[in-house]
Parts: sequence; structure tokens; C-alpha cells
Amino acid sequence: MSKHHTPPSGLSVWLGLKDNVFTQQKTVRFGDASAVNSGRFYSILTVVLLLAAWGIASALGMLESFYWPSINATLARISKLLSEGFRNVALCDHIGISVFRVLAGVVLGAAVGVPLGLAMGLSSIARGLFDPIVEFMRPIPPLALIPLIILWFGIDETAKIFLLFLASLFIMTLAARSGVNSVKISKVHAAYSLGASRLQILFHVILPNALPEIFTGLRTAMGVCWGTVVAAELVAADKGVGSMIMIAKNFLQTDTVVIGIFVIGLIGYTIELGMRYLERLLIPWQGKG
Amino acid sequence: MSGIVADKISMVFTLPNGDQVHALNNVHLDVRDGEIISVLGPSGCGKTTLLNIIAGFLRPTSGRVMREGKEVTKPGPDRGMVFQQGALFEWMTVEKNIAFGPKMAGKRAAETRRKVDELLQIVGLQDFGKKPVYQLSGGMQQRVALARCLANDPDVILMDEPLGALDALTREKMQSLVLKLWKETGKTIILITHSVEEALFLGERLIVMAPRPGRILREYQLPFADRGLVESPRQIKASPEFVQTREEVLSLIWEMEEEIMGNEKELEPA
Repeated sequence: MSKHHTPPSGLSVWLGLKDNVFTQQKTVRFGDASAVNSGRFYSILTVVLLLAAWGIASALGMLESFYWPSINATLARISKLLSEGFRNVALCDHIGISVFRVLAGVVLGAAVGVPLGLAMGLSSIARGLFDPIVEFMRPIPPLALIPLIILWFGIDETAKIFLLFLASLFIMTLAARSGVNSVKISKVHAAYSLGASRLQILFHVILPNALPEIFTGLRTAMGVCWGTVVAAELVAADKGVGSMIMIAKNFLQTDTVVIGIFVIGLIGYTIELGMRYLERLLIPWQGKG
Repeated sequence: MSGIVADKISMVFTLPNGDQVHALNNVHLDVRDGEIISVLGPSGCGKTTLLNIIAGFLRPTSGRVMREGKEVTKPGPDRGMVFQQGALFEWMTVEKNIAFGPKMAGKRAAETRRKVDELLQIVGLQDFGKKPVYQLSGGMQQRVALARCLANDPDVILMDEPLGALDALTREKMQSLVLKLWKETGKTIILITHSVEEALFLGERLIVMAPRPGRILREYQLPFADRGLVESPRQIKASPEFVQTREEVLSLIWEMEEEIMGNEKELEPA
């Protein structure tokens, strides 16, 4: 007789303290990553312990607000930032302007990079012309371009968006190019045998085939650009999350700096989740060719 | 005339290290209008290369492919192709895959619609038109590939081991479908296969190829494809005539394999 009449369920399974319906069938556990339970309980434990340590340290007055704010001061600062904003700019405007810069940079980078990458994958002239530029620019961190871009554009919006455009351009170019390279030749042959023209093959075969890799490129570009925008705002900006923490630092407002860092992490995470969701929605055939 | 002639085709591939491989040596193949022929041979005999040349994907080193008095120099919708697998467009539904050819040719939507519905019926996928192809089983995917090819109404259909990846039962069913489509549409079909049984069952004519260099070794005229429309496939495959031919072809291929293996042994250092 089987011990398990009902599939395991409930809180302890969700927390990963008990085996779930899949892991309970496995006898080999060590070395099989899919046989490892979620460990959610311990994740919650980590967060709770960290918050508790912060709370206790705050209550005991062990924290020097110059280095790390107390939990009460932080909560007070959050509500103040939400109601009054920071330096006459609402918190969500600081976030909004940073997100806008990233989106503008990535969209422009994709708009130029994807056609360029496709061309480089398909034509020897395009490959030859642009290969030296792309290969040379690829290893240069976008931040190293900031001084030059400030010299060219000053510190206005154009400068930041141009920097992010460059940061995403080469990522998107390489993604689209490798998307072309990954097209299975039998699909292209099939399309020619069905009478498709070159242009039709580009739009109906090569482009859709490259979409999964283009999307992976978009995810990478989003991540890189988010990191770059914060750094760029640290250097030169009066709005945006990066500038907020830099200015707060100058006023020794450590609590605002800490809140800014949390916000940066949260938004980066949200962008990643959003991109994964879009990927599943828009490219359901991914990995099923 | 919608037959096709491969006129004294030779194909030499040069490897990166400079070695030359004679994939095809003076292969001549004359396919009648409406004929179904199967091409069989051990791997490395150049049968897929031959098919790719006929399709127009490869330019032969010497010789040429002629269709209706014109030389074939590139792929075209007059020669449809069915691949082993993975040649469907997985970002499209079953219907859209089948409608691809007519749509690219700019046919009227209503006309294409009718044709797609008709083909879905013929290949037995009438309930699957709206499904994405990656949700279908291997056998169903090959039905879509057949329908997609037929939607374009090519004169010649080239099949590169289209049933090679299917399980034995599905494969038998698909063989009957291919036979039925051949009879009903009157297409000229060239079928490449690894399976002796499949080659005998489907070909009016069987071409056995040999490797190194790739060449035609023997030809058989076969009665089974015609009988396949009247008698049951199992009955045919169990008939003494079928069994006898199968053993003959198998021993021919075995001899070839032995020869290849023997040669390789001789090459090994003692």
C-alpha cells in the first residue's frame, strides 16, 4: 500500500519544508537540481532576520545615522519622500525620469541595432563595414564614454539618452546577428521551395526565427541600461534615482541614499520580471523549434 | 511534361583541409511525369546531396538538372520539398504554415482559405488548424509539412527522409498517406529513405546508391506502389514477392556495408 494517498500540499510544501509532488518521487537528491525543494522558508527567514537585526539595532540606538539610518528614520523619510518628494521633485518623478531614459535608450538602440544586426548576418558588405566598429565598441563599458558624451552634448537629456542608446546598440546588434546565424537552413530552404522572395524570407522566416535571441538581447540591454542610467545620473543630473542618492549624499542624508538603493534594486527586479513575462507572452514557441 | 532529369551529375566537396570528397559521380536519373521513385543507400552515398541539387539548393560540380527543357539553377515553387523535421515555422499555426506558399504568391485569401481547409481534411488535421505546430506530435507535424507542400501545387515533390523520425506505427500510416496523395494528385515524387521496406512499398522504381564515390548501383522496377492502393499495406509487406525483394536489396546493402567496414579495417595499422 502506498503511503501517500493524497498529493502533498499545504503551507509546509509551499515553504519547501516538505517534499512536493515531484520531489517526493526522487531517490537521488544530491546532484539533481530539480530534486531540491524551494527553500522558501529559509528565504523568508533571511529577510525576517535581517529586518529584526535592523529593528533591534535601531531600538538599542546602536546605529549612527551618518553610516546607516534607523528603521524609524527610514520609514519617516519614505513617507516624507512620498508626500513632499525630494528637492521639489516627487519620488515617482525621479523614478519615472530614470525609467524613461532607459526605455528611450533601449528602444532607440533596438531600432538601429536590430536592422544593423540582421544586415550583418545576411550581407557580407554590411558585415565587413560594421564589424570593426561593433567589435571595437563591444568591450568598452558605456560609463567610459560619459566624459566624451558630456563634451559633445553637455549634461542635458540628449546626452543621457545617447549614452543609453550606445549601451544598448551593440548588445542589440549582436543579438540580432546571432539570431540570423541560428536560423535552421531547412526552414530557409523550405521557404524558397514554397516560392518566397528574399524580402518575404527576411520578414516571415529570418526575423521571427531571430525573435527569441532579439528578446534575450532586449533583456540584457534593459539590465545594462538600468545600471548605466543610475551611474550616469550619479555623475551629472538633477533628476532621476541616481542623482537623488548623489545629492542626498552631499547633504549627508544617508536614509535617502539607502532608500534610493532599495528603489534601484526593486525597479531592476521589476524590469526583469516584466521582460520575462513579455517573453512568454510574445514568443511562446521559444525553444520548441 | 513535368518529369525531371538529373543529367550526369557529379559533385565534389572540398574539405577545409584540402581533401576532396566525391559525393556524387556521374549520376544520371530520368524521372517520368507522375512517377514515384525511391532512393535508398547507406549514409554517405550522396542521396541527400542529389536531392539538394535537384531542389536547386546546390550547384553540381558537373552535369545539370533539367525540367521542361530548362536547366534548374535555383529553388522554385515547381519543386516542393518535404524535410525530415524541423522545417515547419513554429511561430505560425498549422493553418498559416499550410497557407504560406499561396500567401507568398499573393493568392486571394478566400481561395487560400478553401485550399487550406481542403488540405486539412486530406491529411486528417481538420480540428488542428488553429494550433501552433509545436503542440503537435511528430507524425502530425509531418502531415502539416506534406499539406504545406501540396498547398503550393508543385509538379515535383522532393522528400528527404520525411518519415525518418517517426515511430514504426505512425510511419506505416504516413506511408499509406503518401501513397494516397501520390495517386490522387498525380505528382512526380522523389523520396529519399533509409528504410528498405519504405523504399519498396512506396517506389514504382527503386534506385540503390553506393558510397565512395556516390553512384547509382542498381535500379529495380517495383509493382508494390500500385498494389498499395488496393491491397492492405500489411498484406503487401508480408507477400512472398515483397519479402524476397526486400531480402535481395538488404543483402545488397549489407555487402556494401561489409565492404566499407572491410576497407576501413585494412586502413587500420596492424
